[in-house]
Amino acid sequence: MQIEYDVVVIGAGPAGLAAAIEVKRNGVDSVLIVDRDRELGGILQQCIHNGFGLHLFKEELTGPEYAERFINELKELQIEYKLETMVIELTKDKVITMVNSKDGLLTVKAKAIVLAMGCRERTRGALNIPGTRPSGIYTAGTAQRFVNMEGYMVGKRVVILGSGDIGLIMARRLTLEGAEVLAVVELLPYSSGLTRNIVQCLEDFEIPLFLSHTITKIQGKYRLEGVWVSKVDDKRHPIEGTEVYIDCDTLLLSVGLIPENELSKGADIEIDTATNGPIVSESMETSTDGVFACGNVVHVHDLADYVTLEARRAGKSAAKYIKKLLQHKKDNIIISPGDGVRYIVPHHVNVDNLEDTLELFLRVNRAYMEKNLIVKLDDTILAVINKKRLVPGEVENIRIKSHMIRDREASFMTIEVQSEGV
Amino acid sequence: MYDIAVIGAGIIGCSIARALSKYQLKIVLIEKESDVANGTTKANSAIIHAGYDAKPGTLKAKLNLLGNSAFDELCKILDVPFKRIGSMVIALQEDEFATLSKLYEQGVRNGVPGIKILQQKELRNIEPNISDHALGALYAPTCGIVGPWELAIALAENAADNGVEILLNTRVENIKKLENEYILYTNNRIISAKRVVNCAGLHADEINDMVATPSFQIMPRRGEYNIMDKSVGKLVNTVVFQCPSKLGKGVLIAPTVHGNLLIGPNSEDILEKNNFETTKDGLKHIFDTAARSVKKVSASTIITAFTGLRARCERDDFIIEEATDAVGFINVAGIESPGLTAAPAIADYVLDIIKGMNVDMVAKTDFVEKRRPVIRFNELTNDEKEKIIEKDSSYGKIICRCENITEGEIVDAIHRNVGARTLDSVKRRVRPGSGRCQGGFCSPRVMEILARELEIDMSKVVKDHPKSYILTAQTKDTSMFDLHAVNYLTKECVANANRI
Repeated sequence: MQIEYDVVVIGAGPAGLAAAIEVKRNGVDSVLIVDRDRELGGILQQCIHNGFGLHLFKEELTGPEYAERFINELKELQIEYKLETMVIELTKDKVITMVNSKDGLLTVKAKAIVLAMGCRERTRGALNIPGTRPSGIYTAGTAQRFVNMEGYMVGKRVVILGSGDIGLIMARRLTLEGAEVLAVVELLPYSSGLTRNIVQCLEDFEIPLFLSHTITKIQGKYRLEGVWVSKVDDKRHPIEGTEVYIDCDTLLLSVGLIPENELSKGADIEIDTATNGPIVSESMETSTDGVFACGNVVHVHDLADYVTLEARRAGKSAAKYIKKLLQHKKDNIIISPGDGVRYIVPHHVNVDNLEDTLELFLRVNRAYMEKNLIVKLDDTILAVINKKRLVPGEVENIRIKSHMIRDREASFMTIEVQSEGV
Repeated sequence: MYDIAVIGAGIIGCSIARALSKYQLKIVLIEKESDVANGTTKANSAIIHAGYDAKPGTLKAKLNLLGNSAFDELCKILDVPFKRIGSMVIALQEDEFATLSKLYEQGVRNGVPGIKILQQKELRNIEPNISDHALGALYAPTCGIVGPWELAIALAENAADNGVEILLNTRVENIKKLENEYILYTNNRIISAKRVVNCAGLHADEINDMVATPSFQIMPRRGEYNIMDKSVGKLVNTVVFQCPSKLGKGVLIAPTVHGNLLIGPNSEDILEKNNFETTKDGLKHIFDTAARSVKKVSASTIITAFTGLRARCERDDFIIEEATDAVGFINVAGIESPGLTAAPAIADYVLDIIKGMNVDMVAKTDFVEKRRPVIRFNELTNDEKEKIIEKDSSYGKIICRCENITEGEIVDAIHRNVGARTLDSVKRRVRPGSGRCQGGFCSPRVMEILARELEIDMSKVVKDHPKSYILTAQTKDTSMFDLHAVNYLTKECVANANRI
């Protein structure tokens, strides 16, 4: 069976929901949103802690509450959705093959697509940590699902490798459920999570954070019995003689998220090696015409609020594309990271599509205190933004008035961390 | 009383049990682990060797050749993934051509079909990503790759379909020899059998010593491996070996039947038979060595690591014989490489030994040769996918996102003979958890399906061994089950706080 829609949104997490709503709000009625899970909301449904919505709604919501606002709106707008539906193929000419129990195999031809598949967690295998392969090793998100959705505890004596946000949140969650969180071990000299999570999830519960440490060996025949932790040098290599054995039955990994772009690759979409996500324009359009992307599939965000903002932009752009209002030209301004900056999204700008501001998200490559971020257009300095602290764990959101760019005929934009003595 | 008890359900025990199931005999297959194929069979190179490695005249040489030629038919009737992709032994230095010539001559004497020495250009045509230092190779077109545990599981299932009784989680702790029978004492029950076949792999010496004079010793030899993502599964087209050393065939790099890339093993003699650790040095060694064979091997594509122990014995050949002082007790021991390749031939060889023991071997008329085919959803065409979902809607529910494995496939794996009972046993049969997310997304769903189908609580689902529990207890607040209740509670708390 082949059916047609103007816009198909793949993924119904925070990104997909906001994008689909925005498509419809901007006057495109033929929109379908699909998700592989059993309910709308994506990973928000297992994030029962609060802290969502501070930027967007000026309120502190839990993940499910945050999702509920969008789900309600989606339903009010009568946007069509399909759950437990897996997209198995995506082609360059925007034909989507999906399966579910009800429709069987479904081929959908879309005029525009919004990719909102999110990301997955890095695993023990990807880190290649030596040792045995017992039970009791979970990625933080999997443990979160077991505890918050399935209602089961995963262990009693817990070590967490990596100080990503899900790991920090789970340190608190497991402590509240009666487990003993013995240590959070972080390879880098700084945490990769939000400062507020370090304070609220570790410090408030007196959970020790070991920076510049890693796990060098996993021990346990059937269930995890313990881990070996070593200090690392400035090249991140374990220092011999610093090994400490920690007796534990559970290891949580919070060692990074990877945008899920296997489908995107099938549609020949160009991927940025720094973000592992599609290269996108100011309108969140990928290298394939009419295919947009937003949320963690583009780059890993720290706040769901930012995901929503980005997704609204993608949804609005998809609607413009359908109405043939989106401009395409070849000589977009190329945006590239300068010194100290790991990546910037979007990757290029067509000024004709800008409304009053250009919104940029960036991450720095290490921690900085009292530094300026310098925005340059070709060789002229466009803006100098003072930052008390810049850390890789937090996304910087930069807004630039469109007229500042539009008035100059530039080809390149860079953002860098100001070097010493300048 | 059983006619024959087979101890050990690895690839050898399963092959023998299935071969015996063609006859009107009462057979029991005894395994100490929670699943078949759970020892060396699940952790090896998965290669069906061409047969040039073994010394001419040895059992290894003879059974390697016979076994290799049996694979096409065997894997077809049992519906097991097998591909005959050929192998290369590459020469990275001029003087290694001498080794290639020696292997070539050995291969010719062993009767290996089609082998030849390739020069650099021919090698590069077949393997465009081969190292610039590779000067040539010994090419053996009959080398293949297989799913080793899938083969053992299929053999066990088919054996069970044909009446073999399979006892899992059953460890043989002692054996007594009576006049016309053996009594096997296990942790579960006492078993009596007229004859015993010892295929206990790493522990074959211990089993032998329970009833016969010690005549061999099994020494574990560790090999470590990495599996890489499917995105690099086509880095090589054949199985690429370097020149062999004293310790074995060296580090290979090969595609797997499922489209991943496999590198390894190293080779290290160790003392403990239960040491399945990977090591920092071992993993570094296999990676560095593989990177010398082939360009573009990248650490960022590694998805997992594992260790296998080879059951080596000092005789340097397979031991397949009746124990001298225990009539009717057959040892099948020291089955290191090319044991997987030789397995079908070893089973026939053992069958011949048993036939020579005056056993009344009457062929069954109702022997079912084929295994009920396995549906592999992601290998179906779109039309086939549509049809199967129409027939059974559980094939429309994808559980494993990385490999597109459906609920239907998992349920089928649970309900077949020798069905899956643990998370790992589902993984070995239908692969959820073998992909790049390593079960991050699907393991809660697979556990839920296991619990539902086996009618047990989810917390009783284990990873592999009965002691490898995954969940400890229910959370303190069971209202967490219902997120709407949580939302409600939160709102109420906020409201109360406002009132105060």
